[in-house]
Amino acid sequence: MTAVQSNSASMFQGGFADPVFNAQLVFRQIMDALARPGRVAEFNGLANPPAPLSPTVASIAATLFDHDTNVWLDPALARNEQVAGWLTFNTSAPLTREPLDADFAILLDSGSLPLLESFSQGTQEYPDRSTTLILQIASLTGGRKLCLTGPGIRDVDNSAPNGLPDHFFDQWASNGLRFPRGVDVLLAAPDGVIGLPRTVKIALGES
Amino acid sequence: MNTHTQLATYNFAYLDEQTKRMIRRAILKAIAIPGYQVPFASREMPMPYGWGTGGVQVTASVLGPDDTLKVIDQGADDTTNAVSIRAFFQKVANVAVTTRTADATIIQTRHRIPEETLNEGQILVYQVPIPEPLRFLEPRETETRKMHALEEYGLMHVKLYEDIARNGHIATTYAYPVKVEGRYVMDPSPTPKFDNPKMHKSQALQLFGAGREKRIYAIPPYTDVISLDFEDHPFEVQSFEEPCALCAACDVYLDEVILDDLGGRMFVCSDTDHCEKRRADGHVGPLAGETAETAP
Repeated sequence: MTAVQSNSASMFQGGFADPVFNAQLVFRQIMDALARPGRVAEFNGLANPPAPLSPTVASIAATLFDHDTNVWLDPALARNEQVAGWLTFNTSAPLTREPLDADFAILLDSGSLPLLESFSQGTQEYPDRSTTLILQIASLTGGRKLCLTGPGIRDVDNSAPNGLPDHFFDQWASNGLRFPRGVDVLLAAPDGVIGLPRTVKIALGES
Repeated sequence: MNTHTQLATYNFAYLDEQTKRMIRRAILKAIAIPGYQVPFASREMPMPYGWGTGGVQVTASVLGPDDTLKVIDQGADDTTNAVSIRAFFQKVANVAVTTRTADATIIQTRHRIPEETLNEGQILVYQVPIPEPLRFLEPRETETRKMHALEEYGLMHVKLYEDIARNGHIATTYAYPVKVEGRYVMDPSPTPKFDNPKMHKSQALQLFGAGREKRIYAIPPYTDVISLDFEDHPFEVQSFEEPCALCAACDVYLDEVILDDLGGRMFVCSDTDHCEKRRADGHVGPLAGETAETAP
């Protein structure tokens, strides 16, 4: 009985201690991450969610989600009542099972990453009506070296996020071909966030 | 008691958190699709439309307690619009303000880009009256939206061509259309075309807010911003025959000031901070002495 109590408590705790200023700080870091792809935007996990949701992802959720945003959780996460309950209680965001209806999607297991095409791409008239994917990965460093180019990057950025499956890069190339439609991705790790707006081109560096 | 607890009825930076989240999401989409106008649910602000409600809402949504804000109106820090908006944010956000371009982290602007090159840490927020560059050519939103969707910008080139046919040159001098990252044609807001080259591959993030028209758009840093032109009529910026009368600066945008009713006039920097900084550095223009004498 005590275990149930502590579990249910965690669902209702761990939101931002200072909602106004924490959200502002996290938003500026996310904005910077998308405006300067590849650049690591850092913030200490301000939110404290139930595992396996990371504080970084939870902070992004607490900053951007509300009752206007449909949120899709990957199947493993959707089965986790604690995480789903935490998100619902702390952000009021409705959860959806249809990736096409999602404004945001949270994915923990990048190994089972669904096709980027299965998410909302927006329309040619309204390309902003697309899903933003939040990928929880192990680390923003130590992975395969990438060459990022595009708006926001002066010459080339050599990030090496760790935990992206190989098929992600083929999918990302197709995502770019659909411009202005397409999804945007936030890579969230304990050490910060890297933004991948749909405009960014990724070439694989030497591994 | 700090300022924002005295104004207990207002949230930090005036807007409620739900509104800020909605605007923040629009800003992120705008950055991801450079030059595309993202619709947003613009709010009533405590100032009339046309006074920069779009820029104010964008600024309020990005502003934090550690920011330093600068507000300019036609390049000047001391005109009505700039003074009121600066005072507004001092009151509702208790934020540090400055007139010095280099010290500012966020610069809200009405129709100019500072002469001093902006750097990576800075955000330039534009107040935009009519965000749709095709609006005066095609009044229907459904049509202009389709034209953007199909990348059909022939009409804009016809407009520039008609300029040439009538005047022998492209007579558009402000709100000169640009193409962003080779895709979207965008209205740079009514800045003089003199400022268009500063938008190209700028180090600063540029955000545009149109309150009445309910649109937000953006140019990320290091993004291609090309002014539309023709091979035989390449884009050119305004040039001025004389330097600034106060600080002797060349290659800056000048305002004409009428001095008397006998045709006397002077040309001075539109960017007041740039002019003051140059004068402090010892640059002296031909009329600088006279202004010192007549000053109180």
